[in-house]
Amino acid sequence: MTDKTSHISGGSSGAFWAVSLAPIVWIVLFFVVPLSVIWSYSFGRTLGLTEVAVTGTLDNYVRVFDPVYLLIFAKSLTFAAITTAICLIVGFPYALVMTFATPRGKILLLLGIMLPFWTNLLVRTYALMAVMRTEGWINDGLGLLGIGPVEMLHTNFAVVTGLVYVHLPFIVLPLFSTLDRLDRSLIEASLDLGAGHLRTIFQIVVPVVLPGILSAVLLCFIPALGSYLTPDLLGGPDSQMIASVIERQFKRANDWPFGAALSFMLMYLTLAAMVWRAWSDRRAGRKEAH
Amino acid sequence: MSTSPSPLSGKTLIRFENVSKRFGSFIAVDNVSLDIEAGEFFSLLGPSGCGKTTLLRMLAGLETPTEGHILIDGVDMAGIPPNRRPVNMVFQSYAVFPHMNVADNVAYGLKIDKVPKAERDARVAEALALVKLSDFAHRRPDQLSGGQRQRVALARALVKRPKVLLLDEPLSALDAKLRDAMRAELAQIQRDVGVTFVMVTHDQDEALAMASRCALMNRGTLQQVAAPGDLYEYPANRFVADFIGTINLFEGTLSTDEPDHAAVTTAALDAPIHVNHGVTGAPDARVWVGIRPEKIAMTPLDAPRPTGPEALPQANVTSGIIVTSAYLGSVTLYDVETATGTIVKVSSPNGERSANPALPTGTSVWLHWTPTAPVVLVN
Repeated sequence: MTDKTSHISGGSSGAFWAVSLAPIVWIVLFFVVPLSVIWSYSFGRTLGLTEVAVTGTLDNYVRVFDPVYLLIFAKSLTFAAITTAICLIVGFPYALVMTFATPRGKILLLLGIMLPFWTNLLVRTYALMAVMRTEGWINDGLGLLGIGPVEMLHTNFAVVTGLVYVHLPFIVLPLFSTLDRLDRSLIEASLDLGAGHLRTIFQIVVPVVLPGILSAVLLCFIPALGSYLTPDLLGGPDSQMIASVIERQFKRANDWPFGAALSFMLMYLTLAAMVWRAWSDRRAGRKEAH
Repeated sequence: MSTSPSPLSGKTLIRFENVSKRFGSFIAVDNVSLDIEAGEFFSLLGPSGCGKTTLLRMLAGLETPTEGHILIDGVDMAGIPPNRRPVNMVFQSYAVFPHMNVADNVAYGLKIDKVPKAERDARVAEALALVKLSDFAHRRPDQLSGGQRQRVALARALVKRPKVLLLDEPLSALDAKLRDAMRAELAQIQRDVGVTFVMVTHDQDEALAMASRCALMNRGTLQQVAAPGDLYEYPANRFVADFIGTINLFEGTLSTDEPDHAAVTTAALDAPIHVNHGVTGAPDARVWVGIRPEKIAMTPLDAPRPTGPEALPQANVTSGIIVTSAYLGSVTLYDVETATGTIVKVSSPNGERSANPALPTGTSVWLHWTPTAPVVLVN
């Protein structure tokens, strides 16, 4: 009996290691190790061109709180928040329409959101530039109406437009998967009890799928916060986001410790957002249990 | 508790006029015309996929008929969305809103109707009392059992005081004991509130026990609309006879057809079947005779041969050997094989306590029935 049990548990633990060894090695080698190195750099100081001494200093973090950088963090958070809000406003109805579309319509709507997503980011961003620049298609169109040209490229407007375009799939796909699992009879019951469609959406659908909405918001907000290419190519001098500053530290400024500290500030913010999400989930769970 | 259906009012509340519903090339409902009276507990009964749920959903406005008209209280429902119809529905999954407590669920429809708070509270309390959930007003749905959730759905629909309450398989998700209790309670509630109930079910026991009238459907068409007893005793065709309860069906030809009696010869039995009424079929027409198992009497073969009807003494008596028996407590079901190789199902009440089964397998028996027992079906 004892033999048998140990044999079974031994067998299943062997299977466990066989399945999980590759991902564990992968995560350690390409995530934990490099991240730890960068993390230790954030407590260091540049010695020469390529050398960093990890001294345990907090100077780099103190520098992060310099108003210049705080302003850029604030701007990044604002861009990410506006982007997420617009994505939600556009994406929720889109996901809702997708949920109730015919199977054929579902595929078309899914393609509409996935095709740009599958296209290279650089190509998409240059395409947006072609659309928005002063001699671009929008201004050509406005010119025909006798308006313009309107300066769009290299403005904050261009950055937000680009960020929304890039991050829409991040909000539509999780929303769709949540809405698709929603019990249709809840909607029918609401209509049956006399509610109109808008009331049904706001009083039944939204509250019931709220955890899914929060996940989608986070899934959109986090990558938007760390955007690099979009603000760099579409933005103007005052649309810098934090990723561009980080890049400059690692490259032109050659200040890896400060770049590392900035990177980890971004990481802490992201972690805070995830903790908030887990906490609000737990709170919702507790509320339900009472 | 009595579960006898409420008396009919004679006033038509719901009228289906040649209603059809097609999904692509699939015909879910095929040219159904049907009147339901005010105050009825009406049941739409049939096997799964027969169109009964589609018919109910069209009444609620959740599906649109491809053809035909649906009238409620004389008003054509075409183009009227579900939220403007004088009907409310209890969904199969109950569809209780998970983010609202019991009282808020029940109050939802009244808030939409802008019922003043004082009246709303009173009506919610009244509805919860009706379904015996007064102590659960502030519970959340995930703290309720399946039976309690169903009561919430019922209260939420009834509180709107609809002209018609629609119930989609209301008891299917409950366990057997609870189902029996709810069956009686639903019928009681229906009598108390006097609202017309239209219930979809695939369970004939449910329909027979609760409904004042049933419509039996198959493949989108109405097979028969009748009171439960009439469906059982006077089925309109073989499908109805076979769907409701158990029946022995014998194919045969009409050998005699007089106004007050008829006889059918069948290859399935070595005796003709005599009935005490005429059949308006052509002579020598192909017919089916149905005899319910409980209407066949069984006596041991060593007893004297039972006498057949006066007009045709050789009819309605045959013999066979018991091949299987199933003891069900109140009755025992026997399969009896006749000399012609036909299996006849016989159900005998266990009127006295005795060794089970009363007649062991292998016993030779007489089978006989009165001329009022068989039903003759022409299609």
